[in-house]
Amino acid sequence: MTALLTVKGLTKAYPGVVANDDVSFEVQPGEVHALLGENGAGKSTLVKMIYGLVRPDSGSMTLSGANYQPAEPRAARAAGVAMVFQHFSLFDALTVAENITLGMENAPSRSELSQRITDVSKAYRLPLDPNRIIGDLSVGERQRVEIIRCLLQNPKLLIMDEPTSVLTPQEVDILFDTLQRLSSEGTAILYISHKLEEIRTLCHHATILRHGKVVDICVPAEQTARRLAEMMVGSSFHTPAKKNLHPGPVVLELDGLSVVSKNPFGTTLKDINLTVRAGEVLGIGGVAGNGQDEFLLALSGEVTVPAAMVKVNGAEIGKLTPNERRKIGVLTAPEERLGHAAAPDMSLTENAMLTGNIRQHFSNGGFLRWNDARGFARAIIERFDVRTPGTENSARSLSGGNLQKFVIGREILQNPKVLVVNQPTWGVDAAAAAAIRQALMTLAEEGAAVVVVSQDLDELLEISDRLAVLNEGRLTHPRETTDLSMEDIGLMMGGMEAENVPA
Amino acid sequence: MFQLETRPQTSKTWVVLTPILAVLATMIAGGALFAFLGKDPFQIIRMIFWDPLFGEFAFYYRGQLLTKAGPLILIAIGLSIGFRAGIWNIGAEGQYIMGAICGAAVGLAFYPAESIFIFPLMVIAGGLGGWAWAMIPALLKIRFGTNEILVSLMLVYVAESFLASASLGLLKNPEGHGFPGSRNLSQYASSANNELIAGTGIHWGVITAFLVVIMAYVFVSRHLLGFQIKVTGQAPRAAAFAGVIPSRIITFCLGVSGALAGLAGLFEVAGPAGQISIDFNSGYGFTAIIVAFLGRLNPIGILLAGLLMALTYIGGTVAEQAGLPAAAIQAFQGMLLFFLLAFDVLSNYRIRMTRKEAA
Repeated sequence: MTALLTVKGLTKAYPGVVANDDVSFEVQPGEVHALLGENGAGKSTLVKMIYGLVRPDSGSMTLSGANYQPAEPRAARAAGVAMVFQHFSLFDALTVAENITLGMENAPSRSELSQRITDVSKAYRLPLDPNRIIGDLSVGERQRVEIIRCLLQNPKLLIMDEPTSVLTPQEVDILFDTLQRLSSEGTAILYISHKLEEIRTLCHHATILRHGKVVDICVPAEQTARRLAEMMVGSSFHTPAKKNLHPGPVVLELDGLSVVSKNPFGTTLKDINLTVRAGEVLGIGGVAGNGQDEFLLALSGEVTVPAAMVKVNGAEIGKLTPNERRKIGVLTAPEERLGHAAAPDMSLTENAMLTGNIRQHFSNGGFLRWNDARGFARAIIERFDVRTPGTENSARSLSGGNLQKFVIGREILQNPKVLVVNQPTWGVDAAAAAAIRQALMTLAEEGAAVVVVSQDLDELLEISDRLAVLNEGRLTHPRETTDLSMEDIGLMMGGMEAENVPA
Repeated sequence: MFQLETRPQTSKTWVVLTPILAVLATMIAGGALFAFLGKDPFQIIRMIFWDPLFGEFAFYYRGQLLTKAGPLILIAIGLSIGFRAGIWNIGAEGQYIMGAICGAAVGLAFYPAESIFIFPLMVIAGGLGGWAWAMIPALLKIRFGTNEILVSLMLVYVAESFLASASLGLLKNPEGHGFPGSRNLSQYASSANNELIAGTGIHWGVITAFLVVIMAYVFVSRHLLGFQIKVTGQAPRAAAFAGVIPSRIITFCLGVSGALAGLAGLFEVAGPAGQISIDFNSGYGFTAIIVAFLGRLNPIGILLAGLLMALTYIGGTVAEQAGLPAAAIQAFQGMLLFFLLAFDVLSNYRIRMTRKEAA
């Protein structure tokens, strides 16, 4: 049998870094093939070359035996290669069918297209109404739109970039069912992920990349998750150990926190009640778009609320500004690194100044002490192993994972009394994620109240003492993580209170 | 074919190099324009850039240089602070006019009393006049979310109407034999802003401009508010996260740029221009926008750009006397901004040649 896609000796260098170095592998028709690697290992560059977004410096590819050199994504699509990106490109205000029409070269009439969307969604058990507005859809449903958009082209190869990072466990099951169905019909799938268990269940083969090179090609089902992680990282790493904690007094108290989102497609927070004790890590799960951003804004002070809704050590702080909250030790780290947690074009020193000024006393009468800020930036870089040539490099020159280490490290090193983080390890490689989790747990051990908002349930179960779920702006009652199963959490995420879950 | 590729970070070399390249490209394109008009391009370029400094009549033009550069620098520094924050005050011309009217009104109110306190009072009134005029777009933006570009620009035309009205009515010289225009402030000792050192063109406005350059330099590089302004311009959400309050930044930026433009107007009306007249304003407020960008919004850069722009102004008059149309000089100055913005792409992108592949 000829391979569907062969990649031979692909090399792509960017100034200062070789993203892909002599990468070769094959994908057979109908095979689910995993690309596994840390952040910055070169997975994205590799699939971008296959999808025609980036042109390789050298090397060759063949598709179904014929020479394959896509000059642009359109050529890749014409050749039968489709891709579902991690970040969707959908217009919130348009319907499903309208969005799909926009991406098509020869769009059929609206009614015919709606019919085809319905047909495909039935055939692959991806329920989707073509007339619904994107803004009203959940993230899982939006992903379905992207998948159906691809399937309408009858692709021979479907590339999926971290598709499950935004899904509930139940949605993941539906997706896997679809992918297996596609695979059995002969469509090959190139599956990018760093979730090892998924790859072990779903994928026939895995190509493991490290520093832009192929280090191994294996059958993932025959490997343990730990072994896969070690191949990916190149060494063994330390899993954070959860200690038995004796939580102290209540530090953070949310009392009926309600916020109407300013964004028309945002989520309104409804009557959130929560207490977090000193020394405790509280996890907040839930699919993105269920109020996580609004929750962070209300705690950081970027959105102010009636004073009594947020209390720290008994003091009502709902009306305080971000800097007034920093002064009393309430720190936050928002999800979006570039543009929110950090200013992209500013140096790391300037970004250290950005939130460090208040607690680290970088200014005197309004005049800034840049040397102190630079020292702080250097301390963050050393303590959190941020890979960068130096403090004067711009935030956007760092890879996503490294910048994440920087922005989380920046808050942790300021000795917060309350720390609220959103997606602390999103896009961070396994070893660095373990380090960040360990740092959050250590911070709690030292007496801080830590709230971790994340979509990664494994992460939440690993580090949090209690877990609650945000669903459509409501927070479930937090439960001890020791007596929660994945299924319980899945149901909590689906909108059912954990108490109602049959044991 | 070639492609633009994003640089991982802004190239410091190119940031310095772009203004120089822009000046060179302007000389080439401008030279071509002059050649089309049937002039000798080399001679005109020499008239614009060389003659005012080293030519036969340089003794006269050299003094003009600082007199013209002073207001440009003063206004551009104020504008650059707002531009850093992404607050686009395009109406400095209007604030300049209102500063001149308010300052002149204070001076004229005391006429013919003599006191050393009159000129300082006029300076304060000039600054306040410009500040108040800039507060209109600021408050409208904060309260109703209006676009400050449009509001400040439209207010220029309102200010021009005030100017015409003032020179024909309220501030008209009662001993002016019916001619429009106020008394001559430069001939009224207590209000005059004349040359301090003969032949240098230095008046109080020029000294203020130099002081403001130094203050602005310290402000943008060392002060918390300067840093917050920069963050606001580059990443508004990061600024909110860092506790910056947008309305304060808007008020501050528009206020400072308005006040400095107002000061420039006062120094001009009390000195080089001498009186409030219908055509008092000569476009400094608009040219200062070019100066601010040519100087990369950097105070030292603005100082150099202001001097260069003043040079093209003076050189322009020299060339006009040699028969070049005034519009050609304006086109020449416009090219400078055009080329600057074009070359600016290279600070953040690099050009990459790509092989043309067989289809």
